[in-house]
Amino acid sequence: MELSTTRHGDMIIVNVIGTRIDAAAAIAFKDAMREAVADGPAHVVLDLGNVTFVDSSGLGAIVAAMKALGDGRRLDLAALTPDVAKVFRLTRMDTVFVIHDALDGLTTRATG
Amino acid sequence: MTDDMTFKCSATAVDVRRMLGELRARLAAENLSDDNCSNIEIALAETLNNIVEHAYRPGGDGTITLTLMVGQRRLTCEVRDNGVAMPGLAPPAGTAPDITSQRATLPEGGFGWSLIRALTARLHYLRDGEENRLILDFDLGTP
Repeated sequence: MELSTTRHGDMIIVNVIGTRIDAAAAIAFKDAMREAVADGPAHVVLDLGNVTFVDSSGLGAIVAAMKALGDGRRLDLAALTPDVAKVFRLTRMDTVFVIHDALDGLTTRATG
Repeated sequence: MTDDMTFKCSATAVDVRRMLGELRARLAAENLSDDNCSNIEIALAETLNNIVEHAYRPGGDGTITLTLMVGQRRLTCEVRDNGVAMPGLAPPAGTAPDITSQRATLPEGGFGWSLIRALTARLHYLRDGEENRLILDFDLGTP
């Protein structure tokens, strides 16, 4: 599963290129996340702006990615689309993660 | 107005994804709201992936058939497969996992049935010979 990363000081933003983190993508997502954040900054923000659908397997993979960061590092989420926000709300996982409405307040966009 | 629709997929996560895409497009074409469409897609994604993982078991092959009956205020969906029967011949209670624990012990699964229960008005399961039949009713709200 394709992810792109952008570093902003002690924060790394991980953007999901695909539109679904579902049962067919959950393992690939976990593997790609592990690689994307290895030895990186303590603060990771997962940009879900392109993702239109997450099922319970995808939700589990996001939780696993957060746990894999270990002590001293954190995973926030950003830019949840309506169906994805619904899954987080119904499972109350919206109480576990810090969720940012958009990336705009988090960082000044890099130019170029 | 009532319309019946049938969809089929093989018991793989990739084919479930394909069928959900067709289903979503068809629901939107029936003028269901985005909120109703997502309720149905989420509940059916969980139902179908449970069948792939538990009824047919990984590596097995099988077919899943979905029939939708769309009414004005209610959508009924029947999901049929030929996998193993549900344990206890009943759908799970769907108790939501405890998420108040420390980060290291947060659950990574167990959300499927609580989502299905939260999004449906009624569930009915029967084992009919070698076939599982799960009927999910969705309230569509005021038309």
